[in-house]
Amino acid sequence: MGLKRKTADLKKRMREAIKGGGSQAIKKQKAIGKKTARERILSILDAKSFHEYDLFVEHAGRDFDMDKKYLPGDGVITGTGTISGHPVCIYAQDFTVAGGSLGWAHAKKITKIMDHAMKLKVPIIGINDSGGARIQEGVNALAGYGEIFYRNTQASGVIPQISVILGPCAGGAVYSPALTDFVFVVDGVSKMFITGPEVIKTVLGEEISMEELGGARVHSEITGNSHFYSTTEEECFDQIKQLISFIPWNNEKKAATFPKKPPKTKQYNIDEIIPTDPRQPYDVRDVIRAVSDDSEFFEVQELFAANIVIGFGRISGQTAGFVANQPLVLAGVLDVDSSDKAARFIRYCDSFNIPIVTMVDLPGYLPGIDQEHAGVIRHGAKMLYAYSEATVPKITVIMRKAYGGGYIAMCSHHLRADFVAAWPTAEIAVMGPEGAANIIFRNEIKNAENPDDMRKQKIKEYKEKFANPYVAAAYGYIDAVIEPYETRNFLIHSLEISSLKAEVGPKKKHGVPPF
Amino acid sequence: MEDTSDKQVENKKLSYKTLLIENIKYRTLLTEKYKRKKPWEKKNEKKLIAFIPGTIKQIYIKPRKRVKEGDKLLVLEAMKMKNDIVAPINGTIKTINVKVGDRVAKNELLIEFA
Repeated sequence: MGLKRKTADLKKRMREAIKGGGSQAIKKQKAIGKKTARERILSILDAKSFHEYDLFVEHAGRDFDMDKKYLPGDGVITGTGTISGHPVCIYAQDFTVAGGSLGWAHAKKITKIMDHAMKLKVPIIGINDSGGARIQEGVNALAGYGEIFYRNTQASGVIPQISVILGPCAGGAVYSPALTDFVFVVDGVSKMFITGPEVIKTVLGEEISMEELGGARVHSEITGNSHFYSTTEEECFDQIKQLISFIPWNNEKKAATFPKKPPKTKQYNIDEIIPTDPRQPYDVRDVIRAVSDDSEFFEVQELFAANIVIGFGRISGQTAGFVANQPLVLAGVLDVDSSDKAARFIRYCDSFNIPIVTMVDLPGYLPGIDQEHAGVIRHGAKMLYAYSEATVPKITVIMRKAYGGGYIAMCSHHLRADFVAAWPTAEIAVMGPEGAANIIFRNEIKNAENPDDMRKQKIKEYKEKFANPYVAAAYGYIDAVIEPYETRNFLIHSLEISSLKAEVGPKKKHGVPPF
Repeated sequence: MEDTSDKQVENKKLSYKTLLIENIKYRTLLTEKYKRKKPWEKKNEKKLIAFIPGTIKQIYIKPRKRVKEGDKLLVLEAMKMKNDIVAPINGTIKTINVKVGDRVAKNELLIEFA
């Protein structure tokens, strides 16, 4: 056989494999508004950058007549490529081939590309669209999942791991995304659950649709399992590209530097965003936009626990992770979900050399039986743990209220913030004036001729004396009292001066965080 | 400038609520999850409810029977496991709300004590 014939043979084999599940199955995939696995990879990566591996891998099923079946690529496409020039490893499950089901060879392809990502020290992106374990392959399918979970865990904090849910991801399969850093979902396309609606109906007699049980909206708003919500696959791909621009390739690098750009101060005038009355709401994201380059803020988990805001921006061209109380929602309290959300983000930033900017304005913890019973002690402790453990530069700006435990938790000096600034509007105190006056002056109020007037007077006295930043400043718990308009300069300088920060904690295998 | 006016219009539509924390009333929005939370109820020892959804496989008692704490009352099969449901208190059975073969939901009332 000459080269020409051999080349023709290769081309024929490739054509066969690239067809995936064939035109019927592709038509079905498209009919429900989904792109094919290959289209997805090509839309995420830079043009002509995709290099595919293991196209000719064959499945390993031997029982139930599976040996007579040909499954192109065994239902998953793997390879490497670039996103805006940044190298990534990528895989996409192909629902058109045996429902994207995971068998031994399918898993082997995924673990191979994951191992590559670890060796090359580049991010791994996994696109999930699979009916689950390939039942015909029995325990080998389970082994495949286990091998993926193990690698997800080993890679955690070493290379960025991104999961994109573009179809069903059910049963054991959900645990790979859950172990990764960021989960992307698309409305109407993503479906994630441990037990599906049918099992729930049979066992419990409760009827619920897939969308209501584990759709994109549910995971973005209620469970917090996803980090980025979009309404189309194109929007989702844009979000992935944006995220990649903010994060480094691995834990030994810093994120790419961008040209410095001033904030859009006309649109976001920091002096006009915050009402001085601590009981009035405002959108804290406007404050972040007032200090970040080009007023850009890339929010993470926008819909989940919206009482705390987390996300990426740039200060002077460098990526910063923002954590900010959101007075617009639930008065910006800390609770089970918001502590959980912020703590994980802090750990992400710390793993990947991203400095953390904390913006503080909170009344404390959310009171409630449900909160106590849901373990707000344990979840709240996650924030203390994450901030205390983080060794990246930590800059804190106290804007308005910082009461009680909330003051400590929001990256105070006591948890080793490097720089803490407060605005003149800051109120740093053990609790709000109303509560404090009631306790401290209990007897005076009780024995007064007119208790209400006495209470009002005592609240006023307490407010004047303690509802300011100067008591904390007198102890050196805050480093500077600055005017709001100085905040950006404060951040630029603090981050520049701490760019070589190196802090080493006590030697240990690992801590025991309040998981 | 147009942006600000748009935002003001949007702000007007937001339905602010009041949240009381340490005697201070805050004007704020609520989350969907916060709105959905169920009020806490004190556990009634005289009402025995299903701790897991399942099927009633066997019933050992009849109404008006006196039982001691720990006595077997019924078998609730769930997740392929036959769970013995025992009396949480000493008392008399008032009503049995299920029969053998019934499928029960979580928190469904099974037995009431007098």
